[in-house]
Amino acid sequence: MKLTLKVWRQKSPGEKGAFVTYPMDNVNPDMSMLECLDVLNESLSARGEEPVAFEHDCREGICGSCGFMINGVAHGPERATTVCQLTMRHFKDGEELLIEPWRAYSFPLIKDLVVDRRAFDRIIAAGGYVSVSTGNAPEANGIPVGKEVADRAMDAAACIGCGACVAACPNAAAALFTGAKVAHLSVLPQGKVEANRRALAMVAQMNEEGFGNCTNIGECTGVCPKSIPLEVIARMNRDFLRASFKRREEPLATITPVYDWKEKTE
Amino acid sequence: MSTTAVNLRQSRAAAFWYSNTGKKIVMAVTGAILFIFVIGHMLGNLQIFQGPERINSYGRFLHNLGEILWAERIVLLSAVVLHIIATVQLALRNKAARPIGYSRRDAINSSYASRTMYWSGPIVLAFVIFHLLHLTAGMIVPGAAFIEGDVYHNVVSGFQVWWVSAWYILAVCLLGLHLRHGIWSMFQSVGVNHPRYMPLLKQAAMWIAAVIVLGYISIPISVLLGLVK
Repeated sequence: MKLTLKVWRQKSPGEKGAFVTYPMDNVNPDMSMLECLDVLNESLSARGEEPVAFEHDCREGICGSCGFMINGVAHGPERATTVCQLTMRHFKDGEELLIEPWRAYSFPLIKDLVVDRRAFDRIIAAGGYVSVSTGNAPEANGIPVGKEVADRAMDAAACIGCGACVAACPNAAAALFTGAKVAHLSVLPQGKVEANRRALAMVAQMNEEGFGNCTNIGECTGVCPKSIPLEVIARMNRDFLRASFKRREEPLATITPVYDWKEKTE
Repeated sequence: MSTTAVNLRQSRAAAFWYSNTGKKIVMAVTGAILFIFVIGHMLGNLQIFQGPERINSYGRFLHNLGEILWAERIVLLSAVVLHIIATVQLALRNKAARPIGYSRRDAINSSYASRTMYWSGPIVLAFVIFHLLHLTAGMIVPGAAFIEGDVYHNVVSGFQVWWVSAWYILAVCLLGLHLRHGIWSMFQSVGVNHPRYMPLLKQAAMWIAAVIVLGYISIPISVLLGLVK
């Protein structure tokens, strides 16, 4: 099949980027979107041009490395699918694909389609520890967890941290991501011990990173490759609200991000 | 990359207000207060269909409340002010959160109502100011002379002017749109969401918003059709 790719090319953070059009004549419909870019890159290399930089790792939709906008939708038109799992047969012959990186203040662009998502790592780090006893594996029935609760925790824990939620949000909010990370621990009895501190610290770090705020519109859950529900955001809000009324012993600390490659936008 | 640790403000109240999540909770609570007012105001207004005597005595009853009326006004005004301050601050943060926009971004999973909150809100606010100057203060007199205390006369003569009714109907429809998202969204913001009940709540939000719109616009429509004279 024939496709026209319009890809965002940007050499480095400081430089001006632009869309470059690449016509492709021989696209195998069974290829994934990333394999399509591989084919493009091989032809670019053969011509002596710089290949398109994009992130990837497992290519089976579970690592969370890949992701970009295709025609204005994060991870492209298929629901619950990362770009590495998106096969080209979902596009029409002769279609033009507009490929653009995630755009958010907190995800500064590094090159082409690669953005720095370490803000997510700092939010997770802010969550701190979970009290789990060391030693032998605990007795399986020691702490009973209902099936429904286990399922809700698992649904939240399915988050792969790809950043599509931030990318699709009109406010560039990280509420679905942070909500998932708060909820997958806080619904379980093992995670309840530090639930208050965790919610306050993770929300504080999320604010510190400069993400926008959630307006409950639900674009995030629509593009999420793991279909994480908005319920996790409510869970975060509830934990935050409860924790705000409790007295804290330790002062909350957040990490101020300093980027070497933050684009000069202001 | 280098990092430095900074301590947040120690006061719990300040930390709450500083955070996005805290501001959203303030928006939810103030929104709930205003929502209750919208319901009460509609029920009060509908008494116009029971004749001039009924609505005028209701107006006198409200005015005779004295301090209670002023307390209510202060609560409502503070709710409006807090709702707007939180919105403006969050909107500025949201704008800063994406300094470079997309050349294309499609909405695939959000309702029209939710995407137009920034439009429906300010237009409704502009209407409320007009509405207060028209029917509470009597400073805008589009129809026959404003008679202090004669609610029935003021409402009917006002709505007989076509553009007053049109403006009213438009604003109430936008209010309905605002509430269609707001009614369920305030539950989400304070952390009430259950997979079993959320779809029901969203349905309920739509129906409640529809009832509110129909309840309010029934008055200017009845006046325009000559059913209420």
